[in-house]
Amino acid sequence: MSEGGLLLALLAAATLRGAAPLVLAALGGLFSERSGVVDIGLEGKMLAAAFAAAATAAVTGSAWTGLLAAIGASVLVSLVHGYACITHRGDQVVSGMALNITMSGLTAMLGLAWFREGGQTPLLGAGARFTPIALPAVDTLTPVPLLGRVYGEVLSGHNALVYLAAAAVPLVAWLVYRTRFGLRLRAVGEAPGAVDTAGISVSSVRYRAVIASGVLCGLAGAYLSIAHHASFIRDMSAGKGYLALAALIFGQWRPVPTVGACLLFALADAVQTRLQGTPLPLVGVIPVQFIQALPYALTVCLLGGFVGRAVAPRAIGVPYVKER
Amino acid sequence: MSARATGTASGAGGHGRRRWRARREWLVEALLPLINLAVALALSALVVLLVGESPARALSLLAAGALGSGEAIGYTLYYATSFVFTGLAVAVAFHGGLFNIGAEGQAYVGGLGVGLLCLAAGSWPSGFVVAGAVMAAAAFGAAWAFVPAWLQARRGSHIVITTIMFNFLASSLMTYLLVNVLIKPGQQSPETREFAPSTWLPQLHGVLGALGWGLGQSPLNLATVLALAACVLVWFYLWHTRWGYALRALGKSETAAVYGGIRPARTVIAAMCISGALAGLMSLNEVMGVQHRLMLNFVGGAGYVGIAVSLMGRNHPAGIVLAAILFGALYQGGSELSFDVPTLTRDIVVVIQGLIILVCGALEHALRRPLLWLVRPHARAGPSAPLAHHGS
Repeated sequence: MSEGGLLLALLAAATLRGAAPLVLAALGGLFSERSGVVDIGLEGKMLAAAFAAAATAAVTGSAWTGLLAAIGASVLVSLVHGYACITHRGDQVVSGMALNITMSGLTAMLGLAWFREGGQTPLLGAGARFTPIALPAVDTLTPVPLLGRVYGEVLSGHNALVYLAAAAVPLVAWLVYRTRFGLRLRAVGEAPGAVDTAGISVSSVRYRAVIASGVLCGLAGAYLSIAHHASFIRDMSAGKGYLALAALIFGQWRPVPTVGACLLFALADAVQTRLQGTPLPLVGVIPVQFIQALPYALTVCLLGGFVGRAVAPRAIGVPYVKER
Repeated sequence: MSARATGTASGAGGHGRRRWRARREWLVEALLPLINLAVALALSALVVLLVGESPARALSLLAAGALGSGEAIGYTLYYATSFVFTGLAVAVAFHGGLFNIGAEGQAYVGGLGVGLLCLAAGSWPSGFVVAGAVMAAAAFGAAWAFVPAWLQARRGSHIVITTIMFNFLASSLMTYLLVNVLIKPGQQSPETREFAPSTWLPQLHGVLGALGWGLGQSPLNLATVLALAACVLVWFYLWHTRWGYALRALGKSETAAVYGGIRPARTVIAAMCISGALAGLMSLNEVMGVQHRLMLNFVGGAGYVGIAVSLMGRNHPAGIVLAAILFGALYQGGSELSFDVPTLTRDIVVVIQGLIILVCGALEHALRRPLLWLVRPHARAGPSAPLAHHGS
């Protein structure tokens, strides 16, 4: 195959790697937002999880304990969000923002104080992080034209969390659309009063949704620090939480379109990394910043109703008051 | 998403259901920020313990770093100046029930206005330069807020999300301009050339030094005076003009406001433009007052501090000045603290800031209810009031 084919394969593989944390975080946000709780705190949860994962993995030398710690930290942040927004009916956006800012400071501070490497955690060895795994039967499929290439160079050779992200998509779609919990979740986000009348606790459903968001953001954060990179770097989420939120809105709060948006944003990023400084026919060199800004600009256009229409869950952002 | 931020926006809302209760509410309004601060500081003390340092020592070093000398106080007030602008920006939006997370980006783009003007105005008389820069900062900031405002008012997209997106867009735009267009030729770091000295905002340490208040070499400048003027103007706008009334009415209840003949779309757009203009003015302090050039990320999170300042100042200019001074002291003290205790960087201030937003903003009901209960007189309030209530 030609050089172009190789480039495409590299781009596709980079897209999958870049999309994995976005997919995990966006699907987490989907649970929370479909239940009516705005989840601006994706960023903070990812950051907390990334730090917890790297710190734990550095101390214990095990990637899986790191992953557990990441989920624990992220769920804890989720529960604070739930306590403020569900129990005390606080402003959900303010709470999310507060948690993002707190986590940005807290992770940097603890990282510096505990590891004394300028806010980073120590570099992790192979056992303490998720390393690329080859899918079965790669070698037997390699001679097959096209398919072998796609399987061997695009799909194989990622770390476990990328495959986990891929598995999470059908799982979340099934949970949200095909289970009793999913029905209640969607109902609580549209008409909490009706759910309450049916004798189901709105708070309990929302708490479970917020915890689900915590678990998935925990995976997303762990991906950043112990799979994609080999240590925690301060503010390493670098806006990915907001990007995931944008993808969630772009995907109109539905699992499959949301994942599509994540892939689109990750593709833009992969193209930008590859194209840096290379002139394109007709347009010349596209400034890096232009491609970086693309996901945000697209989301604004969508929100403005210029590209489709984003219809949010009806009860989103509104605390539920049982009795007045 | 519901367009109006609930809860926080109606900050001072007492329903006045019972008069005796309303009479004590001022006490809650005065005490609540202090209690919030105490809770946030107590939580931060836990974090300091977690790091293995003494909270008492950290606090005393922080206070000494912020207020220990004339120069320290000057620095504290210089930081506070930026936070007054961004705090006012967030507060104006809050009064209309809007949450402007975009102060960061609006200030950044406001700086572009100031920078372009100062680059062009090398030979102008200084009075013109200051007036021009104020207008440029306000206009650029307002323009950056206008698009999310218009999208909210006319197309129903949620202002929180669009302002977040606009922060990222501002960051990309400014990086592009500084790296590719405005950069001083033959220089590596992405910043403009230094402005002509005639366009610098006058420093205050000379004037105040003559009055016997030594500020050392602190960067306190004319922007501080402009910030105080902005406070008075915002106070006048909110409580003494029909536009301010319209905004506050809209923030309390959109249906009531519409019934009263207020046009929500127009009010929202005007308020967000004022909010963006105030955020843009923050750049005067930084770009024109201190750096004298346009550089990357000069806003440095001041837009987010504005959220904490506004919430803690109960969305009132007087409260905002006090809260801004507090945060100025935290920022200045925080940078001094890291010299003495290397493990405690200014990140501790970011933690305190986040916790204050959490406690003052998201958890405000959690503390308000018990406080109201404490403040309320427990003697029975005469039989007639509850009976009348039952009868209706």
